[in-house]
Amino acid sequence: MSAELKPAQAVFLVAGRELNTKLRTRSFVISTIVSVVVLAAFVLLQSSTFDEGSRSRVGLSGQATALGPDIVESAKQIGHQVAIVDIADPAQGEQQVKDNDLDALVTGPVGSLQVTVKDKLNTELRNTLNGLMRQQILTSELSQTELDPKEVLATAAAAQVKVTELEPRGDDQGQRLAIGLIVAFLLYMALMIYGQMVAQGVVEEKSSRVVEILLATVRPWQLLAGKVLGLGLVGLIQFAVITAVGLVAGLATGALTLSGAAIGGVLAGVFWYLIGFFFYATIFAALGSLVSRQEDTQSVLTPVTMVIVVGFIFAINLLISNSDSTLTMVMAILPPFAPILMPGLTALGLAPIWLQAVAILLSFGGIALVAWLGGRIYRNAVLRTGSRVKLREAVSS
Amino acid sequence: MVPEAGLEIDRVSKRYGDVVALSDMTFDVRPGELFGFVGSNGAGKTTTMRIALGVLEADSGAVRWAGEPTTLSSRRRFGYMPEERGLYPKMKVLDQLIYLAKLHGMPANDAHRAADDWIVRLGLRERRLDEVQKLSLGNQQRVQLAAALVHDPEVLVLDEPFSGLDPVAVDVMSQVLKEKSAAGIPVVFSSHQLDLVQRLCDRVGIVNKGRMVACDTVDALRSAGASELHVHAPAAPPGWAAGIAGVTVVSEQDGHTSLRVGDGVDDQVILRAALDTGPVHEFSRHRPSLADLFRDVVKEGR
Repeated sequence: MSAELKPAQAVFLVAGRELNTKLRTRSFVISTIVSVVVLAAFVLLQSSTFDEGSRSRVGLSGQATALGPDIVESAKQIGHQVAIVDIADPAQGEQQVKDNDLDALVTGPVGSLQVTVKDKLNTELRNTLNGLMRQQILTSELSQTELDPKEVLATAAAAQVKVTELEPRGDDQGQRLAIGLIVAFLLYMALMIYGQMVAQGVVEEKSSRVVEILLATVRPWQLLAGKVLGLGLVGLIQFAVITAVGLVAGLATGALTLSGAAIGGVLAGVFWYLIGFFFYATIFAALGSLVSRQEDTQSVLTPVTMVIVVGFIFAINLLISNSDSTLTMVMAILPPFAPILMPGLTALGLAPIWLQAVAILLSFGGIALVAWLGGRIYRNAVLRTGSRVKLREAVSS
Repeated sequence: MVPEAGLEIDRVSKRYGDVVALSDMTFDVRPGELFGFVGSNGAGKTTTMRIALGVLEADSGAVRWAGEPTTLSSRRRFGYMPEERGLYPKMKVLDQLIYLAKLHGMPANDAHRAADDWIVRLGLRERRLDEVQKLSLGNQQRVQLAAALVHDPEVLVLDEPFSGLDPVAVDVMSQVLKEKSAAGIPVVFSSHQLDLVQRLCDRVGIVNKGRMVACDTVDALRSAGASELHVHAPAAPPGWAAGIAGVTVVSEQDGHTSLRVGDGVDDQVILRAALDTGPVHEFSRHRPSLADLFRDVVKEGR
């Protein structure tokens, strides 16, 4: 004798099936591995490009050779690493510059240094060399007077401008940006892949007609909720694996330090993934129920995927330009865009608490709305096989 | 003992826009009864079954089981085979049956046991861990039947269970249906194979254009229908019987003549007319087959 099946049990049964079948598929394992590899490569690339901006190989030739230790030391003070290479033959040095083996070749007497670069001398190196040359000139000029050049220079060196920071933003801006970008990217991928997987699952049930047997035992909303929940969890598991690998890789390469920003960014990412997923997956499921063939799925989903793409492009631009304009704030609280924008804004420290609260409340409202409307469309359309069901008919009937 | 109420379909109506799919569809299937549901395509059989299973909602009317209006939880005790066969193509046979049994409210252990039982009974043991899409069509049909039976249903509703079955599978299916009804379960199935319906069913309902036009035991339906007279008179010229009052010629070929005889017409008059043409080798009355009745019903409805 069968026992009574409660609605929640029905939803969990459906979710459990999705979880079971999807986690075991080869495509899940492969896509997770590929994502992990891509992310690890991204982090490594990121850390090396961060470094590239602050590390130079400088060739010294002739009299300039004596400046080696001074260049390294003074460049270090402005956060620039310099590796010194002694070059015997300037012509050979020029060739190395051409071949990108050297960033710059410094020749000539210490009082009038000549720098050879391939296209452009980077600012840090220019400042360093200018400073050193001025110092050399100053030393030689001062030595002709009564004063002790060393003393004068020490006094001068000790003098520093006083800096007042009006809006201090911490010194981990680059890291915050990287976290924001990665989270936005992962969210975008997760919404696209798992949102569409929900639609495909709905179409699969419809095209294989198994939905009719299912609907004889569970209500449409239970089937819909179970599907969204199950695939949402599958996505979350993949998201968690990728994030964990990203964090480990980031920490190992030193591109990331385990700061409040990193943890906050990940937590915000998970939270907004869930909100974004429930919002978009319900819409995807409802739209999926309109068609009966897998080939028609893409065309019916395109308007929604466009919204996600626009949100993503906007989010990337915003993160890079570090903008806190009114438009950004308005976009960030709108349910379709909030899940993609808010994690980045949070990571950058641009989202005040009130903004986050408003975005979360509106998103909950948005989810409630799409759940109601999506459930209605799904219920009306899922048994109508054949040609594509018109959205208006599905909503109104 | 008075038989308790079975599955009752009570004045169920359904429209799709301007199209009337069902109007006042009414019949009942008693416990232990095998009920055949017959009608041409689009007559409303599938719509009726879908409404009985709660997959569709009726515009009006009621579906009752054991005297009570059906609910989601009472419908979970129904076994259903939809006309459009459907299973998850990429799910293994065993997993699929267990999942469906659980959806019908079976606890996990019972679901495993029942799925295993039916797999063995329907000869799918070697295929139990294969994906459904890798099975032959015949085996997929068996899984579909197992899916309808795995939760030990109290009512069976099968839409075209015999379509696409090979003769062996037809026997297996007939056997299972007979067993289930013998166990006291109301079984209703639709079919276009009228000889099968005639052989298997206790009662038959003929549907046309969303209405139940005839519903009775096969015997009663056949007796009530206009019988046919078959005459074999080799020497009879074509049209020999056309002039007899109250007689319609159904077919006439090589001295074999089939006649539809109206009520109150003396068949001896016809025999005499036949003898006038020469020798008569055969003169017999035939009760109409279910197929004949069905054809009549559809013709009348047109």
